[in-house]
Amino acid sequence: MNRAALLVLADGRFPAGGHAHSGGAEEAVTAGRVRDVASLEAFCRGRLHTAGLVAAGLAAAAAAGYDPLLLEEAADARTAAPALRYTSRRLGRQLLRAARAAWPCAALDALATARPRGAHQPVVLGLAARCAGLTPLDAAHAATYESIGGPVTAAVRLLRLDPFDATAVLARLAPDMDHVAAEAADAAQRVQADGPAALPAASAPLLDITAEQHAVRGARLFAS
Amino acid sequence: MHLHHSDTFPDSHVHGSGTSSAAEGSGGRRRALRVGLGGPVGSGKTATVAALCRALREELSIAVVTNDIYTREDAEFLLREAVLPAERITAVRTGACPHTAIRDDISANLEAVEDLQDQLGTLDVILIESGGDNLTATFSKGLADAQIFVIDVAGGDDIPRKGGPGITSSDLLVINKTDLAPHVGADLQAMARDAEAQRGDLPTVLTAVKSPGGISPVADWIRERLAAWTAGPA
Ligand SMILES: Nc1nc2c(ncn2[C@@H]2O[C@H](COP(=O)(O)OP(=O)(O)OP(=O)(O)O)[C@@H](O)[C@H]2O)c(=O)[nH]1
Ligand SMILES: [Mg+2]
Repeated sequence: MNRAALLVLADGRFPAGGHAHSGGAEEAVTAGRVRDVASLEAFCRGRLHTAGLVAAGLAAAAAAGYDPLLLEEAADARTAAPALRYTSRRLGRQLLRAARAAWPCAALDALATARPRGAHQPVVLGLAARCAGLTPLDAAHAATYESIGGPVTAAVRLLRLDPFDATAVLARLAPDMDHVAAEAADAAQRVQADGPAALPAASAPLLDITAEQHAVRGARLFAS
Repeated sequence: MHLHHSDTFPDSHVHGSGTSSAAEGSGGRRRALRVGLGGPVGSGKTATVAALCRALREELSIAVVTNDIYTREDAEFLLREAVLPAERITAVRTGACPHTAIRDDISANLEAVEDLQDQLGTLDVILIESGGDNLTATFSKGLADAQIFVIDVAGGDDIPRKGGPGITSSDLLVINKTDLAPHVGADLQAMARDAEAQRGDLPTVLTAVKSPGGISPVADWIRERLAAWTAGPA
């Protein structure tokens, strides 16, 4: 176990392509639903308990050693919007490159061979955590943090929010993140016995719909 | 079902880390020379890319990656001008941070480069245009083998003196739009002198890439770099 590796993996500067993605925040800003610190916090809370929880469950299961290709199918089943599947696989491919450089490991090589055009990002994240010597709960923490860290950074750029206020949003949601990560890691403990159905399958229909709208927008700063 | 995405490209090989290695091209062939073009907004990066494609496309296999800031303007300009077939031009989005995408986190650009290489097979040169940025923007060696920094005379003839990594360390400095010098009162000799003081032995060209023959010194420089790249150790 090497806890500091979690800091490396979860660092926003980890070069895995995330900086160009807003996690739906750009479309929410365009639509006027996210316009200040309070609405950003509400957006993040919703995303954390839906997309964040699902990603954390997949990541924890991958970190626990469950078959990544079965988790790929589980991720597909939990990702209704084609735009979000595409984004997830692209980010997964980019994370795979960074993770293989950081923590060379046969399991990551095998996933790259099986999915040359990219595996779902949470699955790669969990496997990377495993190769870095981290636990399923660590992987779940990384996924939950990432699920709202990206939108907050994007909102700072899009709305010129005070960065201190925006960071305070993340700090206020930290207990929620702990809770979601624990729930995800619990579910991942049951996956060997019960299969991927044991993993969280919360959905956020508005994020699905707006991801599709965003994907066909001509003028936008973020890739998703 | 992937509406935005095609899984049908044949993947000749799996990519790992360490893509800065030259010997990585498929079939033992060395991969394409990757040249980054950076510089302030509107200095003429896209015009340089377009002129380079026109000058070199008969003799070399070229592809282009654009890093548009907000729209797909640059990629669409190149398509409209038909400097290259559409499958040779890819646009990457950079999330309000153009320099991050060419320096700190090159993931999306590397992916675009690899996809072009996989889809097109043999490529000699890939030109990567950064989104218009500031004087500190530079390309990571993990993404570009050589970088051109494009500034223009209309941006102020004191720019070379101001320095910054783009001016001081780029492999080629292009001071563009010399045709405008009389209209904006730019002192070309001072610009050349300041550039030399900042850059030592590194080359600088003063030119107007949109004028007939204006791209020649830049195209010649690419030919030289490519010859050195092809001859160099894999
Ligand atoms: N007079 C003159 N105009 C030029 C020259 N090169 C480019 N331009 C013009 O300068 C403007 C900006 O050129 P671009 O090539 O789009 O500049 P860019 O650096 O790609 O701009 P961004 O990608 O937006 O940062 C266009 O109107 C070009 O036609 C030149 O040599 N002389
Ligand atoms: Mg341009």
